[in-house]
Amino acid sequence: MPTVRLSFTPAPVHVRTARLVGVAVARRAGVAEGLLDEVRQAIGEACSRAVALHLRYGLSDLVMMEMSDTPEYAVRVTDRAPVVEAVRTLPDADVLGISPNGQAADALSEEAVAAGMALALLTALVDDLQVRPAAEGAGTEVRMTWPVSRFVR
Amino acid sequence: MSMDLSLSTRRAGDHTVLQVGGEVDVYTAPRLRERLIELVDGGARRVVVDLGAVEFLDSTGLGVLVGAHKRLRAANGSLSLVCTREPLLKIFRITALDQVFPLYDTVDSAIAADADPAQ
Repeated sequence: MPTVRLSFTPAPVHVRTARLVGVAVARRAGVAEGLLDEVRQAIGEACSRAVALHLRYGLSDLVMMEMSDTPEYAVRVTDRAPVVEAVRTLPDADVLGISPNGQAADALSEEAVAAGMALALLTALVDDLQVRPAAEGAGTEVRMTWPVSRFVR
Repeated sequence: MSMDLSLSTRRAGDHTVLQVGGEVDVYTAPRLRERLIELVDGGARRVVVDLGAVEFLDSTGLGVLVGAHKRLRAANGSLSLVCTREPLLKIFRITALDQVFPLYDTVDSAIAADADPAQ
């Protein structure tokens, strides 16, 4: 059961709001201060990805972000883009193989590079990352969790 | 214009220094891309992007920096980054972009390391 839920039109300008809300709820939930930069980055990446998918498909549906703090801080970002496309456009690890002279990156558009970076950041910054078809309806959900210190509440 | 991103350009010898401040994300990164393209179109070839005042940088911003790096390399130019904040350095390490971009502590050291031997 989410404690805070935020829905926003798929516009890049709202991703900053999502980051601010996500970090505020994380702090309130008792996520360690030292982890908040990672929470902010990961939420930003997940929400940017959802917005980009909606824009690519011309979807006006809201992007949904749900946060819960029991038993850990969990954030779920749900888009409504076709699942096949969403999974296919999940960046692959090729981008990580960029050579010092940037050869590998030459073949990729900025967008593809950014998508690869987004996955690299999500997998590195979130211990427990799950990307799967949305529980209801079309779309994909990105679920991320971080530990909380109960006594902070 | 939003207050979330600040961009200012100055010349330093044959280098162009672009000082970036605030948040570079999916919303603001297009402005950074436009400015970098303007600089290259305007003849800048040795570019130092100073990220010292950047509070947040996401994958979209990284994509823009990679794009500028490619454009400059194609024009026999160079792109160096100035970055000291640990959260940002961590992002460059995770994405292995610390192997792609020369990263420096200060604008002066970036310029010194990229000095044209013919000068």
